[in-house]
Amino acid sequence: MLRRRLNRWFGGEDRRVGSRTIYVGHRPCPANEVFIPPKFCDNRIVSSKYTVWNFLPKNLFEQFRRIANFYFLIIFLVQVIVDTPTSPVTSGLPLFFVITVTAIKQGYEDWLRHKADNEVNKYRVTVLEDGRRIQKESEKIKVGDVLEVEEDETFPCDLILLQSSRDDGTCFVTTASLDGESNHKTHYTVPDTERDVESLNATIECEQPQPDLYKFVGRMHIYKNNEEPSLRSLGPENLLLKGATLKNTQSICGVAVYTGMETKMALNYQGKSQKRSVVEKSINAFLLVYLCILVSKALVCTTLKYVWQSKPGQDEPWYNEKTLKEKETNLYLNMFTDFLSFMVLFNFIIPVSMYVTVEMQKFLGSFFISWDKDFFDSEIEEGALVNTSDLNEELGQVEYVFTDKTGTLTQNNMEFIECCIDGHQYKYRDASSEVDGFCVTDGPMNTVQQKAGREREELFLRALCLCHTVQVKESTEQGQGQDGRIDQVDGLMVDGQVVPPLQEQRGFIASSPDEIALVQGAMRYGFTFLGLESKTMKILNRANDVEMYELLHVLNFDPVRRRMSVIVRSISGETLLFCKGADSSIFPRVKQEEVEKIRMHVERNATDGYRTLCVAYKHLTAEEYDQVDSGLREARLALQDREEKLMAVYNQVETGMNLIGATAVEDRLQEEAAETMEALQGAGIKVWVLTGDKMETAKSTCYACRLFKRNTELLELTVRTLESPGKRREDRLHDLLLEYHKKTVQDAPPAKTRVARNWSSQDYGFIVDGATLSMVLNSSSENNLHDYKDLFLQICQNCTSVLCCRMAPLQKAQIVKMVKNSKGSPITLSIGDGANDVSMILEAHVGIGIKGKEGRQAVRNSDYAIPKLKHLKKLLLGHGHLYYVRIAHLVQYFFYKNLCFILPQFLYQFFCGCSQQPLYDAAYLTMYNICFTSMPILAYSLFEQHISIEMLLENATLYRQIGKNAMLRWGPFLYWTLLGVFHGLVFFFGVWFLFSNPALQDNGQAFGNWSYGTIVFTILVFTVTLKLALDTRHWTWINHFVIWGSLAFYVFFSFFWGGVIWPFLRQQRLYFVFANMLSSVSAWLVIIVLILLSLLPEILYVVLRKPRGPYARQKLVQSSAGGIQSPRSSARPLLMRTFSDESNTVS
Amino acid sequence: MASSYNAKEEDGHHSGASSGTGLSKNKKPDNTAFKQQRLPAWQPILTAGSVLPAFFVIGLIFIPIGIGLYVTSNNIKEFEIDYTGVSSDSPCYNCAKNFTWNTTEPCVCTVNFTLLQPNVFMYYGLSNFYQNHRRYVKSRDDRQLNGDLSDPSKECEPYRKSGDVSIAPCGAIANSLFNDTLVLYYVDSNNSKIEVPLVKKGIAWWTDKHVKFRNPAGNGNLTLAFRDTAKPVNWAKPVYELDPSDPDNNGFINEDFIVWMRTAALPTFRKLYRIIQKKSGTTPTLPNGNYMLNITYNYPVLSFDGRKRMILSTISWMGGKNPFLGIAYITVGSICFFLGVVLLIIHHKYDNRNTNSN
Repeated sequence: MLRRRLNRWFGGEDRRVGSRTIYVGHRPCPANEVFIPPKFCDNRIVSSKYTVWNFLPKNLFEQFRRIANFYFLIIFLVQVIVDTPTSPVTSGLPLFFVITVTAIKQGYEDWLRHKADNEVNKYRVTVLEDGRRIQKESEKIKVGDVLEVEEDETFPCDLILLQSSRDDGTCFVTTASLDGESNHKTHYTVPDTERDVESLNATIECEQPQPDLYKFVGRMHIYKNNEEPSLRSLGPENLLLKGATLKNTQSICGVAVYTGMETKMALNYQGKSQKRSVVEKSINAFLLVYLCILVSKALVCTTLKYVWQSKPGQDEPWYNEKTLKEKETNLYLNMFTDFLSFMVLFNFIIPVSMYVTVEMQKFLGSFFISWDKDFFDSEIEEGALVNTSDLNEELGQVEYVFTDKTGTLTQNNMEFIECCIDGHQYKYRDASSEVDGFCVTDGPMNTVQQKAGREREELFLRALCLCHTVQVKESTEQGQGQDGRIDQVDGLMVDGQVVPPLQEQRGFIASSPDEIALVQGAMRYGFTFLGLESKTMKILNRANDVEMYELLHVLNFDPVRRRMSVIVRSISGETLLFCKGADSSIFPRVKQEEVEKIRMHVERNATDGYRTLCVAYKHLTAEEYDQVDSGLREARLALQDREEKLMAVYNQVETGMNLIGATAVEDRLQEEAAETMEALQGAGIKVWVLTGDKMETAKSTCYACRLFKRNTELLELTVRTLESPGKRREDRLHDLLLEYHKKTVQDAPPAKTRVARNWSSQDYGFIVDGATLSMVLNSSSENNLHDYKDLFLQICQNCTSVLCCRMAPLQKAQIVKMVKNSKGSPITLSIGDGANDVSMILEAHVGIGIKGKEGRQAVRNSDYAIPKLKHLKKLLLGHGHLYYVRIAHLVQYFFYKNLCFILPQFLYQFFCGCSQQPLYDAAYLTMYNICFTSMPILAYSLFEQHISIEMLLENATLYRQIGKNAMLRWGPFLYWTLLGVFHGLVFFFGVWFLFSNPALQDNGQAFGNWSYGTIVFTILVFTVTLKLALDTRHWTWINHFVIWGSLAFYVFFSFFWGGVIWPFLRQQRLYFVFANMLSSVSAWLVIIVLILLSLLPEILYVVLRKPRGPYARQKLVQSSAGGIQSPRSSARPLLMRTFSDESNTVS
Repeated sequence: MASSYNAKEEDGHHSGASSGTGLSKNKKPDNTAFKQQRLPAWQPILTAGSVLPAFFVIGLIFIPIGIGLYVTSNNIKEFEIDYTGVSSDSPCYNCAKNFTWNTTEPCVCTVNFTLLQPNVFMYYGLSNFYQNHRRYVKSRDDRQLNGDLSDPSKECEPYRKSGDVSIAPCGAIANSLFNDTLVLYYVDSNNSKIEVPLVKKGIAWWTDKHVKFRNPAGNGNLTLAFRDTAKPVNWAKPVYELDPSDPDNNGFINEDFIVWMRTAALPTFRKLYRIIQKKSGTTPTLPNGNYMLNITYNYPVLSFDGRKRMILSTISWMGGKNPFLGIAYITVGSICFFLGVVLLIIHHKYDNRNTNSN
């Protein structure tokens, strides 16, 4: 690698600067140039971090970059170097344990990456070499190799397309795994290379690798029999990217230009950024406080020590002389080492084991999510997926939910509902009962109740059958449906019950589920699309005759035009153009007199929440067609601005069409979508819908989901509302923003009273669209730019729900980022199912992927993945709530128990001449956090349910109680700290008073310093454990086992540790200390009274707080049983009512 | 304590087995109580109603115990003499003043006192003596004290070796062994002194004397066993001459030595010195009257502003005199009782309000 780099820097100066030259097939050119085989990196993909030999140093380095680990390492080193009161083992052992476990985990993950890399690198590819096909491992591909790739294979490196099996020199690819776009893209071969790739003699000059997926500049010199080399320019349309998949094309040949880590995919690869939870931030803040406590303790002790020593006779009395070495050491150095010694003595206040326990809690706790059978979806046979366990508790802190619409709120399971032909509404009821297939229903606005002419009907259905890019897949086996689900980018749908049994099982593949729904809709009415064979589309019509159409051109769908067209020629020689698209893009292009009667239907359908498409057609005369044909061909071959030129031709031909009708496809709501949204809102979470869909559809979905309610006043900030006569859009925007701001922010009662009487206050819903949003965000010309953003944000935050429609994926992320960084930095959650949601999933604090129909892109980038939207409720209100309470308690408890552990040790320094004498034996110091007190809190933090999950789900408002990190704010922290201080004081001084007369045994014998420590430690262990027992609301047998078990273990261990003369110890400090302690009645009595005294305030607190608790709970149960009226009140009537009441909308 | 034993349906293993068919076996989560977080659980709810009786019970138990402890502690008779010799009118003033390490003639002083209560245990107490100083506490070698004389621990520095010979017992603790000799005389009515018999056995922990401390093997001849060692610097005589009269109390297993080696917890401490032998019959062990304490003043404490005391005390089942425990129990018991009353009132009021509102 190094050599290669050197080569590039020193050897190939010119190449580094400008471009690289590639010899296709490694054939030397006949031209005057000398053939120098250039060196490029090989095609190995390395995503792994470590190799066998650099694992140890690199991993250790990475681990010690974490501040906590580094701190413990320093403590350990200090203990090794400086003469400290505790042995290095006490902190070295836990540290070693933590480091080892982490290293093993990371090593395992890296091994998995190695395996995945190997799978890619060892993949067999076909290389054309000297006219032969050779199977090679993917990693051995060199730049300049000519490769053959077959359908559905992914490209092993970046290729220039030389030859395609398709006649027109094109191939189709999907780049779903690169940028998430699942539609098929067309790429073109380099002209003049299609024939005989084997003998092609050419060089390619292209730019050095760069990460932009859509940019590529190069040119190709083709040498033919000593002729002057011909020059071809290369663009991104010639470049096939590694990671993309070949579709609809049998095979292609291409020459490798970028390989391995220089491919665009590798250059674009970025690890998911580490998300940190608020709890972790709180831990770090607390850590800082404790670090300050630690340092100040050490400082106080050091100071006191030297003050004390300055008194005559104290520093070195005759009975306790210093060693020679100590005497010789410099005073300041002594001070420094004393300071370090104190640090070591008190370092247990920040325990290693807390990190271990927190990690374990998160890791083990996350299993409960994947184990939860409520998250199991029988349809896809999968449960929830946890991609990271770091964010469990963040699920209990969510304040904003950003949800995608299609596929998330709705099922993305399109169903053809109705259509309208020439203003007549046709609603499909039941195919088997109606012989005709069609039935006319009298829609409320349909005045003329008569069928459109039969011809028009058939024309419309033909249009539906022809105007699409759907492919037919004969379903031969049943398992196909499943295969398609696993990782197919295309929406695959096996038609089951809907199709009459006579017809064969038929599967359609298309890039959008709408198209499938339309084709299936046509099928119900008797027109079946049979497939495309060699440019001929076959349709089975109502009379069971097969109609053939020659497919001349497909004018592909794109999001700018928002329509697509096909040009076909019928048997009779007629040339027809069929076009379907969004109403806004079709209406201006058809004859205006046809528009009105259809517009009514379209709008009504849109308000009903259906996705509407308009269908139009046009006859093309022979001249017209020739003109179009040549225009298209020319544009397709254009080297520059190909897209623009094509667009121009498209626009030119798609004019003056005849509108036939419109379709309405329902995208049904996800199961329990409305209930889920209502629960989220009840939990005080603000739900924002971010969708690329149009406003009307999205708005109706919002009503259906009860995000907008009947009394919700809608504030609209869209292109439509901005258009007002005589005003610039900017001014209008300004006015509207100010008006809304006044309404929502200034006139609204203060937040606190609002929460209290939430039901009575006016709810606002805010609607904004992409164009307006970018005006708000990017109005750079205005100098009050900041104002706009703030105004906008404040309005949004004061609305109960916000709908953002017509959003680009990046804008979704922008919105999330804006909210995330707003005042108070609220916790955001994004939920989505498609590749277009990935950016917002990555941006939000918590990203949730839905295992939907749009592939696995979202799931892979999410932190948690669930099968359905309805599972979000339990994930947040149930699991999230519990996880937060658990981990918050865990953190507070850990700090508390170490504070009251170390405080007596600190106080003891005042009574031992600040000599760093530890109060507890080394075994106790080490074992306290590892064995005696770690298991109960771990069990608590895994199993505690202070409120049962059912209760949490029933009462969404409970979620608000823990909002804003309620249990880890400074208030609770102060409470716990004071509790710890109180306990520490009670432990130490209680025993201190007792030891004013150390003759505590009934035979007159006296206790020494280790007895003192052991008594304090016993009280400590019992108090701390019983305190946790008091906090435990949910005693499973595990809790019982662990709590009583660890107390028993402590007693057992103490007997054992004190019962044996340990040969490896120089000092038998605890020999029979514990047993002797138990033989003293006074010791028993003091232990009992001090434990009780310590727990008294806690019991009191619980009791005084609780009177409200159980009663409140009972009340909640009552209210939830009868209070909320049946949650399944139907959505549609409500929705209709709302829309008939237009006055609600501010416009 | 109001609680509910909430056994939710536990359909553990059998359902897991029945659902395990076909493809779904691997992916479908097991429906076990553990995995579904439905383990049967006891859910105690602490309410005023449930805690109240506990408070009263605690109060009712603790207050009598505390009174008992307090009375017991008060019944313990304790007598204390500070014989350091700080003030010039103190009989040991001269001994303290003229103390030098290398005198061959021990300084003896005598303190007279009158005892009004009978006592049985004799302690010596030291003040401002930091036996719990870290450098001091670690300056010992338990391996050596267990009879292994080879190469004392480095922790013993600077009391580890005298020249090339290792010191036994090594370390600062042993080196500073308390070596005042206290002899108690009863002065009877005709002014004759009768020496009170003092028992020097049974003052150290049994396990210390019999297991932790052991003399090096030497066929019963301690002089031989310790021949390769030097005496601690500040000692007048070697370790095998601590109690030449009793081989069971000599060398490392000398009980005075063992008691000293158990380092005190606080800088002011007392250690058991002697037990006064019980005389036969009903006469008290130490009758009231005049006594004379004969002190062989060997132990200097004035250099670090320390004090020496002789304490005579009786012992009860709870140990020596210490009013703290009794007070603590009475206090905690009273607090509990008081809280019980307060809670009862609160509970009563709240309950009323609650029922009214319903």
